[in-house]
Amino acid sequence: MSGATFPKVIAWAVTCFLALPVLIMLPISLTPNRYLSLPEDGVSLRHYRSLWEDPRWLESIGDSLFVAVCAAALAVILGASFAIGIWRRGGMAERVLQPIMLAPMIVPPIVHSVAFYKGWAAVGLLDTYTGLILVHAMKGTPFVILTVAAALANFDPRTEQAARSLGASAWRTMAWVVLPQIKGGLLSGAIFAFFISWDEIIVALFITMRQVYTLPRRIWDGLEDNIDPAIAALGTLMIFVTVALMIAQSVRKK
Amino acid sequence: MSAAPRPKGAGRTDRFYLLMIVLPCAFLAAFYCLPVLNVLVLSVTEPEPGLQNYTMLAESGALHRILINTLRVSLSTTVLTLILGYMFALGISSMMPRARTIALFVVLASFWISALIRAYAWVAILQPNGLINGILMGLGLIDEPLKLVRNELGVIIGMVHYMLPYAILPIYANMSGIDRSLMRASRTLGANRWRTFWWVFFPQSLPGLAGAGILVMIFSLGFYITPAVLGGGRVVMIAEYISIQISETLRWGVATMLATVLVMVVVALTVWMSKYLKVGGGLASKGGKA
Repeated sequence: MSGATFPKVIAWAVTCFLALPVLIMLPISLTPNRYLSLPEDGVSLRHYRSLWEDPRWLESIGDSLFVAVCAAALAVILGASFAIGIWRRGGMAERVLQPIMLAPMIVPPIVHSVAFYKGWAAVGLLDTYTGLILVHAMKGTPFVILTVAAALANFDPRTEQAARSLGASAWRTMAWVVLPQIKGGLLSGAIFAFFISWDEIIVALFITMRQVYTLPRRIWDGLEDNIDPAIAALGTLMIFVTVALMIAQSVRKK
Repeated sequence: MSAAPRPKGAGRTDRFYLLMIVLPCAFLAAFYCLPVLNVLVLSVTEPEPGLQNYTMLAESGALHRILINTLRVSLSTTVLTLILGYMFALGISSMMPRARTIALFVVLASFWISALIRAYAWVAILQPNGLINGILMGLGLIDEPLKLVRNELGVIIGMVHYMLPYAILPIYANMSGIDRSLMRASRTLGANRWRTFWWVFFPQSLPGLAGAGILVMIFSLGFYITPAVLGGGRVVMIAEYISIQISETLRWGVATMLATVLVMVVVALTVWMSKYLKVGGGLASKGGKA
């Protein structure tokens, strides 16, 4: 498009708007004050120290990591199995079952909260790791299905047939021929599912109380009473990790 | 040896792959569909069987306010997000590759950063003694802080920020598929820039715009975190209202009825969206082409 200076200006304005909350985190996290503010006279690392010294933050990070790793593993098993099955069989199953399997992606989280609060109370899974892992795994499964399906789209089904006709068992074909070909899809699916769980707050607010206390819930509590600058320190660290992973990913792709 | 075992093996493979489909589906049916369908059932059985929860939808003034709030905030968010997202996609299409990479990196980074952390950052930026008010008062432009947060303005700012990546990615994907030689042809045939844009480029970018719009609408209608944090209890949307019914007033009938309505609306929008954005198969083929 010629004469596109106006859209270009808007594009940079939008970029700044998107980056603003990210860029503001670092200065806030360095404030020497106890309340949410920008540092005016001198910087301090006290909020990073409190993150390290307050055992509750570390416990919550541990809870979140454990739940997210288990949920991602379960989501990868369910999602990859379904996507591979559909890839080989297609037809009716694809048209009817795929939309249902993808539903947890579209159904609003508050509906999940209501459903699992009621459902898990009935079977005694409230406030358990199992209960939260199950919900998070189901929320991650659609993303695994999509990434694995995308990886399979570039994989010639005749390779699989060749392995079978040369006498490899179904299991052996899966482990030696199919899975190695879709490593990338499995990995991005796992990252998606991990992140969905790591970031999930709404269901966790309803179905966990004391035993399981994930990081987003801890942050939520910090937002409720007084806005704690330790959250900015934590946010800054999370942003650094995210950006580092993104850069690593784009370098790996090249 | 070569002919006989093959059909048998093929049959077993078929069962193997069938099992690979059936097991995850059974798992989902038991641990996902059952609890969610239970919500739909509760909406007509709680506190007693009947449609009384749904008649509230027509009668209750409080519910009307919540629904109108939800619609107004969601529509404002969708319109603003689409305008900004479209301009962004248009702008980066004409940028140098390096600049475009940087802009797209910021979009993706924003997409991956926790919604909760971003809502927190917006409170820090918009609050009465926050960044924006601090700058404006420091410059002497205003005497007392503007009310930018704990109201609808704050909620919409936060929501537009959250939704932008979801809008930009489909709009940009669609735009980069448009054949630029059509625009050159239009110019050669004597149409000016505006005419070329409106009559040649814009109609072709509509599917991306429509898909992005419905996607943003779907997420906005059920949004919880950003309205709750940036609205400060003053801008109650349907999701927050449902949560109040469950944790404070214990009106399960109303909560499950609203949840059911929300699911119905979202499913209808999704079916409509699938006309414009292919989920799954289309995503795969698009990835393959690029």
